[in-house]
Amino acid sequence: MRRSKWLGILAAATFALAGKAVLAADTLTILWAEWDPANYLQELVKDYEKQTGVKVKVETVPWPDFQTKAFTEFNAKGDAYDLVVGDSQWLGAGSTGGHYVDLTEFFKQHNVAKTMAAATVTGYAEYPPGSKKYWAIPLEGDANGWAYRKDWFEDPKEKAAFKAKYHYDLGVPKDYKQLRDIAEFFYRPNEKKYGVALYTDNTYDALAMGVEQTIFSFGGDLGDYSTYKVRGIINSKQNVEALKFYKELYKFTPPGWAKVFFLEDNQAITEGLAAMSMNFFAFFPALANPATNKNAKGTGFFANPAGPGGKPRFAALGGQGVSVVSYSKKRDQAFKWLEWFIRDDVQARWAELGGYTCNEKVLSSEKFRKATPYNEAFYQSMLMVKDFWATPEYAELLEQMNKRMHPFITANKGTAEEALNGLADDWENTFKKYKRYK
Amino acid sequence: MISTLDPGSPAARRGLSDISIRNLFIIPTIAFLIVFNIFPLIYSLGYSFTDFRASSNAPATFVGLQNYRDLLGDEHVWNNFSVTAKYVLVSVGGQVLVGFGVAMLLNRKIPFKGFITTLLLLPMMMSMVVVGLFWELLYSPSWGIINYALGLEDFGWLSDANVALYAIAITDIWMWSPFVMLLCLAGLSAIPQHLYEAAAIDRASRWYTFTRITLPLVTPLLLIAIIFRTMEAFKTFDLAFIMSTQETTELISIKLYRLAFQEWQTGPSCALAYMVLIMVLAITNIYVKYLNRAKER
Repeated sequence: MRRSKWLGILAAATFALAGKAVLAADTLTILWAEWDPANYLQELVKDYEKQTGVKVKVETVPWPDFQTKAFTEFNAKGDAYDLVVGDSQWLGAGSTGGHYVDLTEFFKQHNVAKTMAAATVTGYAEYPPGSKKYWAIPLEGDANGWAYRKDWFEDPKEKAAFKAKYHYDLGVPKDYKQLRDIAEFFYRPNEKKYGVALYTDNTYDALAMGVEQTIFSFGGDLGDYSTYKVRGIINSKQNVEALKFYKELYKFTPPGWAKVFFLEDNQAITEGLAAMSMNFFAFFPALANPATNKNAKGTGFFANPAGPGGKPRFAALGGQGVSVVSYSKKRDQAFKWLEWFIRDDVQARWAELGGYTCNEKVLSSEKFRKATPYNEAFYQSMLMVKDFWATPEYAELLEQMNKRMHPFITANKGTAEEALNGLADDWENTFKKYKRYK
Repeated sequence: MISTLDPGSPAARRGLSDISIRNLFIIPTIAFLIVFNIFPLIYSLGYSFTDFRASSNAPATFVGLQNYRDLLGDEHVWNNFSVTAKYVLVSVGGQVLVGFGVAMLLNRKIPFKGFITTLLLLPMMMSMVVVGLFWELLYSPSWGIINYALGLEDFGWLSDANVALYAIAITDIWMWSPFVMLLCLAGLSAIPQHLYEAAAIDRASRWYTFTRITLPLVTPLLLIAIIFRTMEAFKTFDLAFIMSTQETTELISIKLYRLAFQEWQTGPSCALAYMVLIMVLAITNIYVKYLNRAKER
């Protein structure tokens, strides 16, 4: 009796483990950051399960830990994840580290470079830049944009007062000078109203994204992405002006705004703190939803304005592509899923659910652009995106930029010239360390 | 009548010897320590002399003392050390003052003493991340109760680079003073009452009584509390990471985390970890010397 009892338990355990193995074979796991687009993707992949019987699980990690978690798994050559929706800056590290499967053949076979928007192919898929080697399929388009209190802007009293002071009509800012004027106009600390909410968090890329799009729009750049030359570019006159401008905008933010990312910038609108708020488009659905934003009806959106002279105009590229993890034991299934994902009908469904499709046809359609209050601004942004370095050592470059920019912008330490000259030294030393200079 | 087992009998051979039982209890723990403590310690020491990056597939290359030289020559790292030293002094100093003071107040017969002591111990039972998050809200200039209660309006405790470190230290003091209080209370309770009675008979002043009786007899336990709190304060990560990202609050543990897990500079981060370990050992040794001296007295 005792023996048969043990045999029974052993049989049950074996059956359970076998069952788990069978289930695992029919389940693909996608790793992404914990935010709404991941929820939309989890909704989308239910269609794939209905059509193929293969379950797809989207596993999420909070943004601040996403990079650490993903690369810890990669470095351990773990097979816990079959696909990863990695940040665009990870392309260099993911490809040269052997963590991503080369998708160049896949791109050719399925004409992906023609069906996806050009900026997304360059930003989310190609490494090195211009090499025509691809490591990800553009999945979630994103860029840095702005939300604003349309109701404040449309208030007749505010319009009259603004016109009287600045001699032009209050409206969506066309350039950075107008952005600054509007921020100054709405800066009223005694009323607990402030002009603008900016990114200042320096734990990942928030501050860098805010500063870089200002730099780009002032006609500056981060460096030469093909030769890695930085001196004379990162510390150019235009960059100095851009950095000083970002610091000046910081004056008009709510108090205690020195460690702020998407959550707080959205709160600046939902709590009625600021007239304008910078954020990635992926976070705007929460602002358009009356359930999460009591000011939703009075909230509008616009793409990053042009530089002070009316040009150029850029938006910091956000967004991610989906890559096949090299260590996955289900590569064939992962490729089948990619083939399904890039279909036009699936891309349209992805956009319907709230995902920011990179499919050129869907993105430029009237239906998509009118689908939400922010889609038009998103579409305009995707035509003018520009990204940070995507080299394998991008994390060091990001950290160095945060170290130089943050004290100057939030703590009045040093000058813009010192910050950028210091950054030029840091980046040059880093590129020398990794033998980027020929 | 005590029955004894014949050592040669089959019954005795079936049982375990004392040495075997001792080994059975100790070996798993030693194995665990070797695998999870000793081996990583030695392995990371090896990595500290290489340029290894865990995020790349390239093998580690021996670079000698280059990592140590680079770190010792990096002004940012020295800044991190000086921020950490300031934090340790302020935080541990505050915990000692508050903890010892509260222990002195509790060392008497008061109503509901047990209940009050339990309430005072609650902060140190909370998760540091949770404490950091809600103190961040308390300090918020827009909706925090601290500014409201003190009438400070828009004062940015955590956004002001000159004040942020002290704000975090205040949170640490709030959280860990109960630990110091507990140890001091134990020490105070153990002081024989007849010493105070003798001092009272001799009309000793309260200050004299405090400096010649209370303080010397509580010192060993106070020093133990200080040793533990100094080691912990040196390693503080959660509170500072959650509450602030200023340059003036970047403790050495945060620098280490960033180097190891954000920049993936595995070799240099191992070197930095060893530098921190040596410093903590050195400081602890100094404290232990004082502790032994205090015990001898």
